[in-house]
Amino acid sequence: MAKLTLVEAVRDGLAAEMRQDPRVIVLGEDVGVNGGVFRATDGLLAEFGPDRVIDTPLAESGIIGTAIGLAIGGMRPVAEIQFMDFIAPGHDQLVSHAARMRNRTRGALTVPLVIRTPSGGGIRPPEHHSDSTEAVYCHYPGIKVVIPSNPYDAKGLLIAAIRDDDPVLFMEPKRIYRAQRQEVPAEAYTVPLGKARVAREGNDCTLVSWGAMVDVCLEAAEQAEREHRWQAEVLDLRTLNPMDIDAVIASAEKTGRVAVVHEAPRQCGLGAEIAALIQERVFLYLQAPVVRVTGYDVPFPLASLEDVYLPNVRRVMAGIQKVMQF
Amino acid sequence: MGSAPTVTGECVQAPLQCLTPAGELAAPLPPGLDANRLVEIYRWMVRLRAFDSRALRLQRQGRLGTYAPYSGQEACQVCSVLPLQRTDWICPTYRDHGAMMVHGVPMANILRYWRGDEWGSHLPGVYTLPISIPIATQCLHAVGLAWAARLRGTGQVAVAYFGDGATSQGDFHEAMNFAGVFRLPVIFFCQNNLYAISVPLARQTAAPIVTKAAGYGVAALRVDGNDPIAVWAAVSQAAARARAGEGATLIEALTYRYGPHTTADDPTRYRSEDEVRQWQERDPITRLHRYLVHQGLWDAASEEALQEQVKAEVAAAVAEAESLHPAPTDIFDYVYGEAPWYIREQRREVLAEARVGEGGGHG
Repeated sequence: MAKLTLVEAVRDGLAAEMRQDPRVIVLGEDVGVNGGVFRATDGLLAEFGPDRVIDTPLAESGIIGTAIGLAIGGMRPVAEIQFMDFIAPGHDQLVSHAARMRNRTRGALTVPLVIRTPSGGGIRPPEHHSDSTEAVYCHYPGIKVVIPSNPYDAKGLLIAAIRDDDPVLFMEPKRIYRAQRQEVPAEAYTVPLGKARVAREGNDCTLVSWGAMVDVCLEAAEQAEREHRWQAEVLDLRTLNPMDIDAVIASAEKTGRVAVVHEAPRQCGLGAEIAALIQERVFLYLQAPVVRVTGYDVPFPLASLEDVYLPNVRRVMAGIQKVMQF
Repeated sequence: MGSAPTVTGECVQAPLQCLTPAGELAAPLPPGLDANRLVEIYRWMVRLRAFDSRALRLQRQGRLGTYAPYSGQEACQVCSVLPLQRTDWICPTYRDHGAMMVHGVPMANILRYWRGDEWGSHLPGVYTLPISIPIATQCLHAVGLAWAARLRGTGQVAVAYFGDGATSQGDFHEAMNFAGVFRLPVIFFCQNNLYAISVPLARQTAAPIVTKAAGYGVAALRVDGNDPIAVWAAVSQAAARARAGEGATLIEALTYRYGPHTTADDPTRYRSEDEVRQWQERDPITRLHRYLVHQGLWDAASEEALQEQVKAEVAAAVAEAESLHPAPTDIFDYVYGEAPWYIREQRREVLAEARVGEGGGHG
């Protein structure tokens, strides 16, 4: 098996699924000749040609809106929005149409569309290149939201998203695009949507996380064990909508102490949702209030103050201490 | 008598007219429009007018929700669809349910929709999207459907319906641009009825709508939208161009809605009675009626029979629509292909509440 980075696994997933399903096409700005600004579609144009790997005009609403028509018309479009921040002009198409078409037509029309978008901060990019607005899209009924944290999951989740008959927003944490290499099978395989992964077992507390923050949580968990002999469990949600409630509840019940770690802003973020779900369902098991370790409620800062904003191992450790020493 | 209308790559600003308000031919009948076809167009326009009038009355009686009437625009509604094939896609707005019926949507479905029942938009096998409430968004769907048709080699054409207000929206321009760049088999059918709710055309655009196509490399044609023959000719030529691989066409049809934007607004606040009267003199149904009678294709007896038939047809559709009701659990069952846990839980809540309600009823 080849050892791939996360972004290579995305490319590999697209190619594998395009080979076995002629309905799958890739469209977006710079996805063709340039192979995507992060090289996520590199080589696809050469292999599949310009009818299936399409450089579009620079227009996010146009990309998502036409992809809706393509999907209803029998294709399986995978649209790239170059950065999650740029999805705003296409928001109307995504939430007013892609998300609602099945429901509005009582299932007569579906929109099997995937929107891939690099998300999150940590690579010192310019302004408007670091947002992580997953909570917005989890709030809209009709869209699924997926975010991988490693190369194997990236390929398997992406193929599952393409095969899903509902629109999927596929967030790619660009900070870890090249953070690690992992063995990834060459064939098309799936990692099921809606299923979390226990990234590290532990009995003392639970860290619920996703995307690039999973690595930060794992590092903090190691430190907690080294310094305090606390065994932190790290739960990688993988799919944010629908969230794997059983995995969250089982871990909260087991440890009684939970910190949710995400880099998106705190207010109305998924941390609040997860804390509410836990207290509604397993309140009597809790040994401490659920803690949130998150980005701040400010626009994502420019590079020089990026590290102030992003949760890091120190902040996650503080969260662990808070739940352990309540 | 002028020449038949022709779709060209150039912008034609003078609206093409084939049938004058007096019911006289101003251009030769376009190919494919024979006596049977003209009678079919007339029958459809009368049917749509009867539906619209009945729907307005139902709304006033509280039997329909907010409703968007199209009376006055029947030539556009009928003749933008009849030249198409059954498998061509239409992407309508909330004022194009007339066109949807011509394309095969049962009247009862349209009534169900306006009664607030989503089963009205359950249309398997009919090549229409559900109506679009957001403005101009469906233009991009038409482009995507046309694109899929070309990639799959189906030969289908897609028609985007929109009004003059939609040309102010970004999606209209993005759609025209994509269609021009990729030379897609799509028809942009603008029913310019001069108002976006209350805001007049002059506040939407400083240039004629038809001229916008040139900037996108899209062919364009301006027609008298109250002239069924001109609309039929324009749409059939645009469809032929699309199928021949010649790309998209923007048709600006100049027309007028007699009624309000929807039953929620009062057009007397923003339009004069005199203006409405002037447009009624160009009425598409009267116009074709005069022509058919003059040609000996229609008479008082056939008119009476048609009115009776249509009345019965609409009454049957109303009875059907009013007899059908969605189940409370319907709100949960079509959000996703497979309902997530939280929707299943909420569905159970609603079912439990319904049972409690029933239990109370039986004391």
